[in-house]
Amino acid sequence: MDYATFNGLYTLFLIIIFVALILWAYSKKHKKSFEKIANSIFDEPQDSTTYASNDSKHTGAKK
Amino acid sequence: MTTATTIQPDYNYKVVRQFTLTTIFWGIVGMTVGVLIAAQLVWPVLNFDTPWLTYSRLRPLHTNAVIFAFGTSALMATSFYVVQRTCQTRLFGGSLASVVFWGWQLVILSAAISLPLGYTTSKEYAELEWPIDLLITAVWVVYAVVFFGTLAIRKTSHIYVANWFFGAFILTVAVLHIVNSLAIPVSMSSMKSYSVYSGAVDAMVQWWYGHNAVGFLLTAGFLGMMYYFVPKQAERPVYSYRLSIIHFWALIAVYIWAGPHHLHYTALPDWAQSLGMVMSLILFAPSWGGMINGIMTLSGAWHKLRTDPILRFLVVSLSFYGMSTFEGPMMAIKTVNALSHYTDWTVGHVHSGALGWVAMVSIGAIYHLVPRLFNQKGMYSVAMINLHFWLATIGTVLYIVAMWISGVMQGLMWRAVNDDGTLTYTFVESLEKSYPFYTIRFIGGLVFLSGMFVMAYNTYKTVVAKEGSIKPQELG
Repeated sequence: MDYATFNGLYTLFLIIIFVALILWAYSKKHKKSFEKIANSIFDEPQDSTTYASNDSKHTGAKK
Repeated sequence: MTTATTIQPDYNYKVVRQFTLTTIFWGIVGMTVGVLIAAQLVWPVLNFDTPWLTYSRLRPLHTNAVIFAFGTSALMATSFYVVQRTCQTRLFGGSLASVVFWGWQLVILSAAISLPLGYTTSKEYAELEWPIDLLITAVWVVYAVVFFGTLAIRKTSHIYVANWFFGAFILTVAVLHIVNSLAIPVSMSSMKSYSVYSGAVDAMVQWWYGHNAVGFLLTAGFLGMMYYFVPKQAERPVYSYRLSIIHFWALIAVYIWAGPHHLHYTALPDWAQSLGMVMSLILFAPSWGGMINGIMTLSGAWHKLRTDPILRFLVVSLSFYGMSTFEGPMMAIKTVNALSHYTDWTVGHVHSGALGWVAMVSIGAIYHLVPRLFNQKGMYSVAMINLHFWLATIGTVLYIVAMWISGVMQGLMWRAVNDDGTLTYTFVESLEKSYPFYTIRFIGGLVFLSGMFVMAYNTYKTVVAKEGSIKPQELG
């Protein structure tokens, strides 16, 4: 295989990987778990400013 | 909930506190040097005929101080904070975290001494000579061990997206630094060294490093900051976690190829220049994907911008990020670059990223961090944060608008030719025309710097206040 063919196939391989990544990320199956991860940064019981943030929570729209 | 809770005792906040406070300190130092050299361009007499204070020596001191002292301290503070909170475990390696802190301060001090003395490799953003380069490598390896070690012992099942960005930043900067700094010392007792690369290869390696310092230190690292602090401050999860995954892989896969746009119309092979241009244009997509993901996190909570200046800092930083990542690909187009390169436009572009994005997102993150690190419910004065916000915004806008006008004017004057092919203007004529804009730039920088002093005072009052004595405030 010459260099140009190798490069072409390698590029194609990367494109396939990238499309597969998009399909994986946006598949219905993972929607719930990704939402859970996104919310995981709020799982912190002992935050010195929690008191302050609890106050303003009511003003935000529904999560 | 009314009792003052102690911050989770098992987290290592000492190193985060140290890096947070030094971020502010080095920010003031680095930006002061920046304001001084901006003033030197207006009033050259300000070098006082002293070699140590000449523009040529202070300019690398300014760039190194703001990137590696201010910016990297901010990244080390936030990455150590975020990795602990999102992995719900103490930093790995015990006192290794202190080694990172004191080692990094030693690197900064060596830079602050060696650069004014005139020691330089002359590689932009990699000016430090070989002994300091070795020290950086050692400290960086310890940093990586602490960070990735913490990921390895995490209590959570997943690795939150912010850590992916921090991880990519740490790993890539290690590779970039080692490859670009490969050099042979003249002798073991000499600071002087020569790069192992030469000619066009040297230039390409340098700008592969240079642009990826922008891409992975000044972008990926600060995006890690963005993915934690924007959702936390807005009190809602990131707009789309799925988009953040695509954003991460697309950004790191494309950034690494954009370096050649720094070498348009040079001895670099034409195909490499064109490749760099095309990859820079593609880079627009992941950049804006990330920017939209950050800004849209506020959807449904826009009203918080009215009362929360910290959120203003974070959101405006993303707007500047969007602006400069649109401008960047445009400037990478060869025909545009023919006008913009070597002019003040480039300087304006860099500062719209550096002041608008990097500094403002860091400042927002620090205002979020300080009360949490020092057991308070908020900063000493929210009004002062707001004042800082306006000083930072106005300073940045003054700076970049002045540089845009000056840069385009320079580009047009330098390329103007008479009918017989001779140049219409001498270089000095263009320099004369730039003077008013250099003055505006100096004022913009001064305004931005004054905001940093407001921040230092506000932080000081927060740190020395009795624990838990500061009540939460909102802007009226």
